[in-house]
Amino acid sequence: MTTGRPNAVIMEAREISKQFPGVLALNKVNFNIYAGKVNALVGENGAGKSTLMNILSGVYTEYEGELLLGGQKVAFRDTTDARSAGISMIHQELQLVPYLSIAENMFLGREPLTRVGLIDEKKMRQDATVVIRKLGYDADVRQNVSSLRVGQQQIVEIAKALTLEVRVLIMDEPTSALSASETSFLFGLIRSLAAQGMAIVYITHKMDELARLADTVTVLRDGCHVSESAANNVTLDQIVRLMVGRDVRDFFVKRDHAKGPVKLRAEGISLPKPGQSGRFLLNDISFCVHASEVLGIYGLMGSGRTELLETLFGLHASTCTGKLSIEETLVSILGPADAMNAAGIALIPEDRKSDGLILNMDIAKNISLASLGSVLKAGLLSEQREQVQADAYREKLSIKSYSSRQEVKKLSGGNQQKVVLSKWLLTHPRIMLLDEPTRGIDINAKNEIYRLIDDLASQGMAIIVVSSEFPEIMAISDRIVTLCEGRLSGEFSRDEFKEETILRAALPGN
Amino acid sequence: MERPKVDIAILQPLVALTLMMLAMTILSENFATQDNLFNVARQISVNLCISIGMTMVILTGGIDLSVGSILAFTGAIAAGLLKNGIEWEGANLYIGFTILGATVAALASGALMGWFNGWMITRFKVPPFVATLGMLTIARGATMLYTKGFPITQLGDNFNYLGTGWFLGMPMPVWISLAVIAISAFFMRKTRTGRHIYAIGGNERAALLSGVDVKRVKVFVYTIAGVLSGVAGLLVTARLDSAQPNAGLGYELDSIAAVVIGGTSLSGGNGSIMGTVIGAVIIGVLNNGLVLMNVSPFWQQVIKGSVILLAVIIDRSQRKD
Repeated sequence: MTTGRPNAVIMEAREISKQFPGVLALNKVNFNIYAGKVNALVGENGAGKSTLMNILSGVYTEYEGELLLGGQKVAFRDTTDARSAGISMIHQELQLVPYLSIAENMFLGREPLTRVGLIDEKKMRQDATVVIRKLGYDADVRQNVSSLRVGQQQIVEIAKALTLEVRVLIMDEPTSALSASETSFLFGLIRSLAAQGMAIVYITHKMDELARLADTVTVLRDGCHVSESAANNVTLDQIVRLMVGRDVRDFFVKRDHAKGPVKLRAEGISLPKPGQSGRFLLNDISFCVHASEVLGIYGLMGSGRTELLETLFGLHASTCTGKLSIEETLVSILGPADAMNAAGIALIPEDRKSDGLILNMDIAKNISLASLGSVLKAGLLSEQREQVQADAYREKLSIKSYSSRQEVKKLSGGNQQKVVLSKWLLTHPRIMLLDEPTRGIDINAKNEIYRLIDDLASQGMAIIVVSSEFPEIMAISDRIVTLCEGRLSGEFSRDEFKEETILRAALPGN
Repeated sequence: MERPKVDIAILQPLVALTLMMLAMTILSENFATQDNLFNVARQISVNLCISIGMTMVILTGGIDLSVGSILAFTGAIAAGLLKNGIEWEGANLYIGFTILGATVAALASGALMGWFNGWMITRFKVPPFVATLGMLTIARGATMLYTKGFPITQLGDNFNYLGTGWFLGMPMPVWISLAVIAISAFFMRKTRTGRHIYAIGGNERAALLSGVDVKRVKVFVYTIAGVLSGVAGLLVTARLDSAQPNAGLGYELDSIAAVVIGGTSLSGGNGSIMGTVIGAVIIGVLNNGLVLMNVSPFWQQVIKGSVILLAVIIDRSQRKD
């Protein structure tokens, strides 16, 4: 099934750099992948793990540096090309077609054919069964994938990869949706594949998995390679320190504001996972935010941080439970309109392109969208009033653009974010929720946004910021709480801010 | 300052229309006569009313296939109520209808059917294509039930004035469609709901997160589409002095074509009422011109279909993203 001497480097990334608009995602990264080993790759969100894996598996084809496979230089044209060279990736979001059978999924796009060119169902079933059995999974390959549990679907993904010769199998947080027993089964499987000489690249956030599974641990940080070590030579503490350690940059400095009375109080907020009874996206969360306070929420991907903000904003009104008070008065928020109008809440969403902006509308129309009432003249929209208002915010937040009638899709990320912020400032909120407010924008715009947040807090607004960037969350927050697998797992006041302790509190399995 | 985008977007269909009319004038001596132009205008007015409702629906990212059937149903209701009223023998009850009463009832029935489309789409998350496909069949069946499959005729000159009459030197249907155009163009530009329609089509989730009541707006556009199909139903019925159970067959396709030729994106968020008006005129002029030039009806269809494809290809190639 696999080739390569154990312990030899089967694949190597040399000085790989990848530039995205405004961000250097990878900076001359080296990465060695050893045959017959579980090569763990760790790093904070945004450290560059996914980008690197996307390059290894042929998703991104434009980058600097070179890839060597078995000592030969390779450049993949696409994922199919990478797969036929023996590199397969199993994404966190499984890529199966739900209404096709296990066998059909495994051979999708490469169905065996009979002599007259029809699908050879029998051969496909037999071959699929052989592979599936080898993985210790006794299933009827004619079943639809949609009838399988997530853990079983994961095995089908692996089986699908194994229908071709695999030399390197990349797995991106494969256990994030698995139960404990499914996880142990998967680990057994990974071990046996490695024992047969296959190289496994294993991306994870879970520290306990490193101890259980990894042979080598490579740490990435801010797009740079930090260290590679044999797993039995490093402690988890050392790894955590390597993940966060960074130079202190010259950075925005927060001012002190006297904390006011409680603005928002959440009690026992829970949100069940859709379709999975007994599992929760948010589990019994209680906290409060004061006037003039910036509360930072730190959590890894999947910790429920976005869901928490969405719930406060009324997006899960039909399924969530718990109590919410604004200025110590119990409120019921049935949707975004309620959250805005009745509670004075604004939400700056994480993904500005898909959730924050109408891309084909101009700046002025985007800014006025949440408060069209303010641009009415005799009950009708006044484009002139709309424009005056937009121009005021363009100047106040220095949105770089030639006209308020410019389409927002042509603005840079930082300026787009300022448009979203303007839209919400115009609603005159009392409480502002910001989800990753500076993702993908340059350092100057970041500092401008930090200063804006600081100003708003000094004017008495209560602010909640979700961020997975330590320098950011530690600079702007008065207090930080950590979320881990849907629960509040720690709370830190400003004098307790320390990256390692906060990260520890946010890591599962600790 | 940048010129408003709408003007640029409809420039292209406008140029196409002008060229086409020039060609028709040269190729057929009967085209550019006053009689013929009024005739064309009257024919177009029916498709115009439907297409404007369709534009609003498509701008939200939806589609309405039921407009032709709703047209037939509303026409039958107007004609039936006007002629026979409501008779209920068991209770010895008879309600007669004036022209105004029958008209209002017909429009209300169109509104109800449109509302039902919107309700299906927002409450039960039925895709618009399917929901309105269902209504296409239901409304046609309801028309057959109500008329028992026979036309309802002889509706009186006063009612027929709506379709055949003249007012200040222009046919009535033209006045009515001009009013519909003016009101809806104003509505789309100047009211909050109009803006919300664009926002939903541009990015439904962002609109929702900005406090737009997405469901209410969607129900509204389907209801308006139903009402405007009702207006078209009245025009057709009054013009023919007859409510035909088969009226409006296939009209949904002509109106979608008008919207698309007018530069409105089928994925929503981008387009204008004025674009659709030009699109409807292009189709009307094309129909008329081909008849005048004695082109065989079979070829007419091939040509019409090709024009639609050409319009979309040109539109696509100019939009870079």
